[in-house]
Amino acid sequence: MIKQTKHIIKVNQLRKSYEKVEAVKGVSFSVSNGELFGLIGPDGAGKTSIFRILTTLMFPTDGNVSMMDLDVVKDYRFIRNNLGYMPQRFSLYQDLSVEENLAFFARIFGTTIEENYDLIKDIYIQIEPFKKRLAGQLSGGMKQKLALSCALIHSPEILILDEPTTGVDAVSRKEFWEMLIRLKEKGITILVSTPYMDEANMCDRVALIQNGEIMSIDTPAKIIDDFGRKLWAVKSDNIYQLILDLKKMESVDTVFPFGEYLHITSKADEFNEERLISDLEKVGHSNIRIQQIKANIEDCFMQLMQ
Amino acid sequence: MHFSAYMVNNITMIKNKENIIEVKDLVKKFGNFYANDHLTFEVKKGEIFGFLGANGAGKTTAIRILSGLSYPTSGDVMVAGFDVYKEREKVKKNIGYMSQKFSLYEDLTVKENIRFYGGIYGLSNKYIKEKTESMLERLKMKDIQHSLIGSLPLGWKQKIAFSVAIFHNPKIVFLDEPTGGVDPITRRDFWEMIYEASNNGITVFVTTHYMDEAEYCDRVSIMDRGKIEGLDTPGGLKKRFKSNNMDEVFLKIAR
Repeated sequence: MIKQTKHIIKVNQLRKSYEKVEAVKGVSFSVSNGELFGLIGPDGAGKTSIFRILTTLMFPTDGNVSMMDLDVVKDYRFIRNNLGYMPQRFSLYQDLSVEENLAFFARIFGTTIEENYDLIKDIYIQIEPFKKRLAGQLSGGMKQKLALSCALIHSPEILILDEPTTGVDAVSRKEFWEMLIRLKEKGITILVSTPYMDEANMCDRVALIQNGEIMSIDTPAKIIDDFGRKLWAVKSDNIYQLILDLKKMESVDTVFPFGEYLHITSKADEFNEERLISDLEKVGHSNIRIQQIKANIEDCFMQLMQ
Repeated sequence: MHFSAYMVNNITMIKNKENIIEVKDLVKKFGNFYANDHLTFEVKKGEIFGFLGANGAGKTTAIRILSGLSYPTSGDVMVAGFDVYKEREKVKKNIGYMSQKFSLYEDLTVKENIRFYGGIYGLSNKYIKEKTESMLERLKMKDIQHSLIGSLPLGWKQKIAFSVAIFHNPKIVFLDEPTGGVDPITRRDFWEMIYEASNNGITVFVTTHYMDEAEYCDRVSIMDRGKIEGLDTPGGLKKRFKSNNMDEVFLKIAR
């Protein structure tokens, strides 16, 4: 039924304006069949606007978007039947039970829980012991698993997830990504958005987005390779004072805290490490450590923002 | 090794300071459910204290008790020198609070929000006027003082919300996931503001899901199912749980 296509999602020069604000400013990207593609950026970057257009819930102001080679404006009915969407806000029926929610979504897509049970089994099995419980009374992690099950019950070609891990603890986040990887292995194309930069590494390719514009699209490894300058990690006994002192130094370009270290770049792209240590010792720092390191996605994101 | 010497120094430094929060055997029950199951810990003056845990571990329940919004079922809790059973109003006067969900009034301007919170805390007009000036200066936001909060990007709002939460110079500020969804540069600017507040003697009690931010804290407590399962400096926790970073520590405790 569905035409074989290399790019199952194609977004070309997409724009979306709300009265005064232009939320999406000419965004283009495409997602290959079976790819796990991440849209990475902070709140207000335009991620939800893009997703609402892709899921046919909102019209674009300008530009073309095709899903499965069909136009999101004209062919919305067909697209909806073949798309799973998990919005950011929990949007199931709180006053229906777990089982009733799932049966409801199966039925409106003209299918049954049994027919596509294989697809959701891994996920649903974890909440099945609570199938008589009202959805409103589930914990955050269980709600998420139910929402994902409901988004998958009609065996969609494409799964779109809007910030599924925002506000979720580190353990549940990890479990959620493990579920996504297993779904990808079943051949579903997944488009997911997140404000957590470290999650980029779980995706095949990512688009880094800020203020309605895509800053970079590539594999996480390639984005890191493109950082294109040297980066050092530094620490001393007094991290706050170290931030202030490094920012005062002529040779230093950027200073950003990263865990127990500061990541710094140099204007000349080179540091005399010994000299830097002695300069810092002169202003009272002790136990100074410095080493050159490889950038991570967050370093890249911040560089692109500037 | 240098690092362990640093750890010892830092711990002695913290140990010498006075306790600003003292919690002993805190229990909060909802029916038969122990949301807080005998919590015992102290927070030192000026410390940046990370309060971590999985969703539903009982963090919010504890924060509500510490900020005088809810009574414990049992246990002793002193905050800023006041008893949370008998001196709730004094507790509230001496703390600041901000969260990702609730911070400022969207339909008031930046300046009106500051004026409003200043008034709530009973500060004098003179104090409000002077402090507003210096605060806007520090934030480099003089140009937008008459803009509605609702029209500003999230990162700006969060910086203003934090400044407002410490506007009355409280002894402690509670920050409940202050940086969720904020862009990476603003997130770091925000932490510099936290360091600055701590340097000025304000105790910072902060929750976060960003594990790199746990490393910025002087000490970190990690809750799981109502109990504190680890409480130490980030270095100490990493050593005890044989982990390279706080993300691994967290996974070992909460998984």
